[in-house]
Amino acid sequence: MTALLSLKRVSKRFRGLVAVDAVSFDVPPGELFAIIGPNGAGKTTLFNMIAGAIAPDEGSIAFAGEEIAGLPADVVCRRGIARTFQIVRPFPALTVEDNVLVGALLHSHDVGAARRRAQDMLRRLDLFDQRNRIAATLTLPDRKRLEVARALATEPRLLLLDEVMAGLRPTESDRMVAILRDLNRGGGLTIILIEHVMRAVMALASEVLVLDHGTAIAQGKPKAVVRDPAVVQSYLGAEPVDAAH
Amino acid sequence: MTGKIADSSPDSRPGKSARVLEPLLQGVSRRTLALLGVLLAALLIAPWLVSDYLITVLIVILYLAFTGQAWNIMMGFAGQLSLGHAIYAGLGAYIAALLFARFGVAPWLGFLVVMPVAAACGAIIGFLAFRFGVAGVYFAILTIAFAEFARIGFDHLAIVNASAGLFLPVAQYAHNDLWHLRGDPTMFYYVILAATVIAFLFCRALLMSRVGYFWLAIREDEQAARATGVDTFRYKMSAVMISAAVTSFGGVFYAFFYNNLFPEQVFNISRSIEIILGPIIGGLGTLFGPILGAFVLTGLAETLNAAMAAFGFDLPGAKQVFYGICLLFVVIALPEGIWPWLARRIGVTERLR
Repeated sequence: MTALLSLKRVSKRFRGLVAVDAVSFDVPPGELFAIIGPNGAGKTTLFNMIAGAIAPDEGSIAFAGEEIAGLPADVVCRRGIARTFQIVRPFPALTVEDNVLVGALLHSHDVGAARRRAQDMLRRLDLFDQRNRIAATLTLPDRKRLEVARALATEPRLLLLDEVMAGLRPTESDRMVAILRDLNRGGGLTIILIEHVMRAVMALASEVLVLDHGTAIAQGKPKAVVRDPAVVQSYLGAEPVDAAH
Repeated sequence: MTGKIADSSPDSRPGKSARVLEPLLQGVSRRTLALLGVLLAALLIAPWLVSDYLITVLIVILYLAFTGQAWNIMMGFAGQLSLGHAIYAGLGAYIAALLFARFGVAPWLGFLVVMPVAAACGAIIGFLAFRFGVAGVYFAILTIAFAEFARIGFDHLAIVNASAGLFLPVAQYAHNDLWHLRGDPTMFYYVILAATVIAFLFCRALLMSRVGYFWLAIREDEQAARATGVDTFRYKMSAVMISAAVTSFGGVFYAFFYNNLFPEQVFNISRSIEIILGPIIGGLGTLFGPILGAFVLTGLAETLNAAMAAFGFDLPGAKQVFYGICLLFVVIALPEGIWPWLARRIGVTERLR
């Protein structure tokens, strides 16, 4: 199976600091791929390079067989990669529905049809009842779901989720896990997520990549990765994670 | 819930225009329609009710409402601050006046030349800014620079009589000549009223369109808009060009109403400031804000003038001070502008934006 997304020795330096150092990995279609690692490991920088927010200094990023490294963010999105932001950025003064509508309009020139699509998305993310609220007035968990809904409305083939579980209560994050699993398994959507909530990673991910100081220190099945001594040392700490829950 | 209310609108329009208007009316309550209808009716019969002087005041108000509406497309919808909109109005005024004075070209035909020129001028400014990442305050300064450049340039341009001014031929007319825009103030009043109504409907259509939603997304968060796939360069360009083209009609009107053009006046920065005060005070990004703002500002300024005249004061600059006070008041008390506040008060719940 050819990879949907393939990174080869991707690097990014900010002046002297090497944020991402020759990272390579493949994500096959349909995978739910998690990237974990301590703060400052380069996870978000990696996301920004895939999504086109910043260009890598070196290396190649191929999406569906085509090179996308250095393309602008809007072009990358139109190719089929949607993202959420670690610090949520809904369109604050617009209603919840109009936020998602902007995404749905990407592939539809008919506002009515796009609005119906946006409403479907809102139903899937439990936001339908709040559709007429102004986005800025939503609670953080709702804003995170709104970002996911807006990203999904662009009909991506690959969804990049940057810490969508952070700040959510366990019940809320369980709900998000269920939604993402449904999108992945039911909808065949390939998802890459950056996540600190290990409970969610263990429940969701089919493959995990561990970054530390910009380099990939481990990759594999979640259960194997959390037992990797290097990962325990650098990220998880001495306490072994209970893989069952 | 967005019910279809076009078929129940009070007046019985011919079928065709109803079909055109139906999408524009979608989601507008009867109450709002009725309020807009009353306002329009009042404006339509105004020439029979008020003095000639008040008609010229209304013309100024509607001119500012129209150009404010046009400016609002760029700033209120797409979030791009232009402080040099006088350039588009000025280009419109000069080109149409020149075509008429030298070649006898009717202003409506002149507008067909003016519109693409203004749009191209907007495109040049937009391209320089958006292509090279000039944004925010720096973009605003660039727009001022272009307007100043035009002011100084026209001041030395022989074909438009440079600083001596360009004058349109004025004569006594037996009847109003709408085609050549020669006539009495009442004719000009109806022309600018029609233009304001058309601009209002046009902006509503824009806001309900795909482009409109992309503009709002850019205004709200440009980076998030890009991440959502919006080609921000393209849509910022379209906002500037459409805004410039609409504004230029205001310039054509201005030239034929005042009959004289001086670069020092036409391209003066105070013209640009006048254009933007109405929408800011009325409500940035709203559809009705520019209209309300123009009425409130000019209306109050005229009242102030009349009151001062009645008491025998003569204070030069009182109008500017008054504008300043209004702006301060709105910024402090009603940062969203008057219209959003008023709309809540009078029960207009839909977003007339």
